[in-house]
Amino acid sequence: MSDPDPDAPADTGYDEWADALAEGGYYIECANGHGNLPPRRVCPDCGSTDLSEEPLPDVGAVATFSEVHVAPSGFGEEPPYVTAVVDFGPVRVTGIVRELSADEIEIGTAVRPDVEHNDATDKRLVVFRPA
Amino acid sequence: MTGVRVAGVGLTPFGEHAGRTGRDLFAEAALAALDDAGVAGDDVEHLNYGNFMGALAERQGHQAPLMAEAAGLRCAGTRYEEACASAGVAVREAVRAVRSGENDVMLAGGMERMTNLSTAEVTESLAVAADELFEVRAGVTFPGAYALMARAYFDEYGGGREDLAHVAAKNHANAVNNEYAQYQREITVEQALDSPAVASPLHLFDACPITDGASALVLVSEEYAEEHDLDAPVAITGTGQGGDRAALQDRTDMARTPAAADAAAEAYGDAGVASDEVDVAEVHDCFTIAEVMALEALDFFDPGEGIGAARRGDTTRDGDLPVNLSGGLKAKGHPVGATGGSQIAEMTRILRGDHPNSDAVPDATVGLTHNAGGTVASAVVHVLEVAE
Ligand SMILES: [Zn+2]
Repeated sequence: MSDPDPDAPADTGYDEWADALAEGGYYIECANGHGNLPPRRVCPDCGSTDLSEEPLPDVGAVATFSEVHVAPSGFGEEPPYVTAVVDFGPVRVTGIVRELSADEIEIGTAVRPDVEHNDATDKRLVVFRPA
Repeated sequence: MTGVRVAGVGLTPFGEHAGRTGRDLFAEAALAALDDAGVAGDDVEHLNYGNFMGALAERQGHQAPLMAEAAGLRCAGTRYEEACASAGVAVREAVRAVRSGENDVMLAGGMERMTNLSTAEVTESLAVAADELFEVRAGVTFPGAYALMARAYFDEYGGGREDLAHVAAKNHANAVNNEYAQYQREITVEQALDSPAVASPLHLFDACPITDGASALVLVSEEYAEEHDLDAPVAITGTGQGGDRAALQDRTDMARTPAAADAAAEAYGDAGVASDEVDVAEVHDCFTIAEVMALEALDFFDPGEGIGAARRGDTTRDGDLPVNLSGGLKAKGHPVGATGGSQIAEMTRILRGDHPNSDAVPDATVGLTHNAGGTVASAVVHVLEVAE
């Protein structure tokens, strides 16, 4: 059995989405063009249930960021680490920035999404790397 | 629809009560409120109780009946949870229950114990108010989330850490005379600027402390107040609630809080009061930037103008609109599930004239309270007026 915790609930929709970030990722688009992240049954912007998966743009721009000095216990990440919200046009995505220090990041910095395994929480971790 | 009067208010001192149980804290506030109101516990028809992290901090869920018991009430209770707006929504629902004619006497408030946890554990527990999948797993903490909003605000409107330091210094100055405040001492702008970084651009003195405490209000119908000859000059004349997307990434603008704007518009409309008629306000300053965004959402200042309000003196105790005369969450403390009730308790005392800072606004007749949940995915606003 490969699953380390077979009793853990699968985060349907989210886990698949996060895994796909390694290959570029996708977002959910409704019939009216609203972009959102999964899991979705309905568009929160307009109520449309006509949803499709569309490829996430390859590169996003940092919309805002913070260097976090006090981390939650058990999260695994050693502070300081940089959390950023990155704008991909139709959607924004939140994650931890790799390979760039806080001094090297500004609003508008171009990054690409990726996914790591967070050993401390045994969850997927969304990260961004320099584009 | 009947009017709603604040018949009595009760608070524990906010601060560290490591050796006390939550039920003891809430009982103290509830008994003080009943005593202040001159209302017997047997007349209370329902307890509306706010609490956020009790299941994590005290391993105690199902708190409402427990708290009714602790307060000596022989009535049912309901717990309201809306993160840091838990007590605000508990009060709002009590107001609605009285207005509907369903109840004449309600006890509303909240309690939170936080200092029994380590800072890292509190950070983790508060983060539960964010979006678990898209924010918490990505390392967003409560200060981290407000830091993301602060940087977005600076980028959009300008301003910086020094403006925020003035907010912190103002609220600490207001807390000096407040016997319920956790920090009854002044700080300087320089001290705030020099405090260690928590989540850039926010530093330690931009953040509210970790706090234990409880708040309670006795809310009654005007008819009950009259029949029982209660001294209850302050009425809650407006209530409003707003909601927003949970995750910051899903909002159109990370430098604005439309949930608070919606709550305010509803409360102003409900009371028939315009924002420029408000004499004094208690706003949810869990972080200094939160006060700035609140001032704009509440229509006291245009977008981009709120950041300079404390620095200009507009919101200091001698300004046109004193904000957080209690000391705010910043200096008074923020036991999250109790905060919304404590804001209304403080505002009631300010308007009655028996708050130590009432002398800053001796002619005030209209007050506003603003209580926000998480990164303002929820917000509750109340308008209080001197009715007689
Ligand atoms: Zn849509």
